[in-house]
Amino acid sequence: MTTVKEKSPEVSVTPPVDAGNGLKTQEMVVNMGPQHPSTHGVLRVQLTLNGEIVVKAVPHIGYLHRCFEKHSEEMDDYTKVIPYVDRMDYVAAMSNELGYAIAMERMMDIQVNDRVEYIRVIMAELQRIASHLLAVGTFGLDIGAFTPFLHCFIEREKILDIFEKASGARLLYNYIWVGGLMNDVPADFKKDTAAFIKSFRPQIKELNDLLSDNKIFVERTANVGVLPEKVAINYGVSGPSLRGSGVKWDLRRDDPYSIYDRFDFDVIVGEGRMGTVGDCWDRYIVRVWEMEESLKIIEQALDQMPDEGDVHEAVPKKIRPPAAEIYCRTETPRGELGYYIISNKKTSPYRVKARAPSFVNLSVLPAISVGAMVADMVAIIGSVDIVLGEVDR
Amino acid sequence: MKSTEEIHKLLVDQFGEETLEYKPDEKVDPWIVVAAGKIQEVAKFLRDETGLRFDSLMCLSGVHYEKEEQLGVTYHLASTSEKHKLTLKVLMPQEDAQVQSVEQIWKTADWHEREAFDMFGIRFEGHPDHRRILCPDDWEGYPLRKDYKVQEFYRGMKVEY
Repeated sequence: MTTVKEKSPEVSVTPPVDAGNGLKTQEMVVNMGPQHPSTHGVLRVQLTLNGEIVVKAVPHIGYLHRCFEKHSEEMDDYTKVIPYVDRMDYVAAMSNELGYAIAMERMMDIQVNDRVEYIRVIMAELQRIASHLLAVGTFGLDIGAFTPFLHCFIEREKILDIFEKASGARLLYNYIWVGGLMNDVPADFKKDTAAFIKSFRPQIKELNDLLSDNKIFVERTANVGVLPEKVAINYGVSGPSLRGSGVKWDLRRDDPYSIYDRFDFDVIVGEGRMGTVGDCWDRYIVRVWEMEESLKIIEQALDQMPDEGDVHEAVPKKIRPPAAEIYCRTETPRGELGYYIISNKKTSPYRVKARAPSFVNLSVLPAISVGAMVADMVAIIGSVDIVLGEVDR
Repeated sequence: MKSTEEIHKLLVDQFGEETLEYKPDEKVDPWIVVAAGKIQEVAKFLRDETGLRFDSLMCLSGVHYEKEEQLGVTYHLASTSEKHKLTLKVLMPQEDAQVQSVEQIWKTADWHEREAFDMFGIRFEGHPDHRRILCPDDWEGYPLRKDYKVQEFYRGMKVEY
C-alpha cells in the first residue's frame, strides 16, 4: 500500500553540530521564490543550505495552474483550444500552436498546401529566435549583465513586429489553425523577414563578444550545474538543455514533422568549450548558435516558398474527428512538446494532455543543484530556461 | 526498429499471455495493455533489453474512461538509439486505482505520476514522494475526472468557477 502524503513534508533541519573551533553550525532552509526575479515567474525552490552549499533543492510548482486540459474538454470546439495552448508557453506561442495543429491534422488526415507549410516553418523558426533571445538575454540579466539583455530585446521586438503585422498580436497569436492559418501573410512579409535576417546576423557576433566570451559571465556559468548525458535522457530532458549535454537529438531532424526534412541545418550540441560538457555555459551557447541555424532554415524557406496557395484551403468547417487517439511531438524552443489527444467523435476533445518541455526540464533541477553554491542556483535555473506558464499549464 | 506487434511477441515470450493484450487500431498507432501489477517489470525489460532500449518515457498521462468506470495510465515510450516508439496502457477500476510506479526506471515519471495522482487520484505504488504537484496539498477531489465537482470554499475563500 502506498503512503500518500496529504501535506508537504515538514521542514526538518538537522540539529546544530560542533564545527571544531568552539562554534556551532546548522543547516538552514531558504525559500527562493515564489516572488524572485530570477525564477522567471512564480516558482518556489525550497533550498536546504549548509553554509553556502546547497544540500537539497525541492521545487514547488503550481502557482500558475489553470488546468487548461479541463478547459479544453469543455470548449465544445477543437479550434477554441488554440488560444489556450498559446497561453502555456507564452513566449513561444507559435510553436505551441504548430504542435497542436499538426497533431489534429494527423488525427483527421488533413493535408495542408505548401504555402501554409512554409509560412508555418518560418513563423516557428522566427519564434525560436525570439524565444532564445529572451532566454539568453534574461540569463545574462540573472548573472548581472544588463546590456546584452537590451540588445536582445531590441532584436526580439523586430520579430514581434513581423508577427503583429501577420496576426495582429504581439505575444498570443492564434495564428496557426488546424488545416491552415488565420490569414495569409501581408504582402511585404518576405521583404520584412529578409531585412530582419540581414540586420540580425551581425548581432549574434556582437552578443558573443558582449556576453558569451565575457570573463565574468564564463566564470559564473562554466562548470556550474553540470547535467550529464545519461541523467538528462533518464529525466526526459529535451531541447537545448539536452543538447547542451552533448546529445545530438533534435526532433526536427530525428523525427521530422511538417516539412523540416527539406531543410539543411546543423544540430548544435554542447562541447564543454569553457568547462565541462553539460554545464550552464554549454546550455547557453547551444541557444546562441541555434539562432544562427534558425536563420539558415528561414532563408531556405523564403527561397522555396510558393507565392500561390490559399491558406484556408484545408480548414475544416467543424472539426469532428473519428474516435481515435494520438501522441504527437514537436520541437519547440524549450524542447519536446507532446500533445496526447483522445477524441470520441464529439466536437470537443475527450482528453488533451500536453507534455510540456519546461515541466520535464525543471524536474531535473534537484539532481543538478546539489553541491552548488546558493548564488549558482540563479545561473542553473536561468540556464534550463523554463516558462512557468508551461510548467503549471 | 521494431513494430508494436513484434515488441508484443517479445513481451509475451517473457511475461506470458495473461498480463498483456495487443490492441491494433487502424486509425492510429496500436498499443499494448499491461496488467497494473506487472508494469514495473515490463518497463524494466523494455528499457534494458538489447534491441528494445526504450530509454525515454516521452509522456505519462492519466485518463478517465467514464463509461467503463475505469481509470487508465498511458505510457508513451521512445528509444533514442533504436528509433522506435511504443504505447502502453494500464487500466484500473475507478474505485481502487492503483498501479506500480515506474519512477525508478525513468525519472521522467516522477513528476508525471504526481500529476496523474493530482488530477485523477491514481495511486502509484512505490513512488518516493507521493503527493499533489499542481493543486494545493489540501485540495479536494481530482479535477480531471469527468464527474469532478469544484469545492465551494477553499480555506474560507469562495472558489469561482
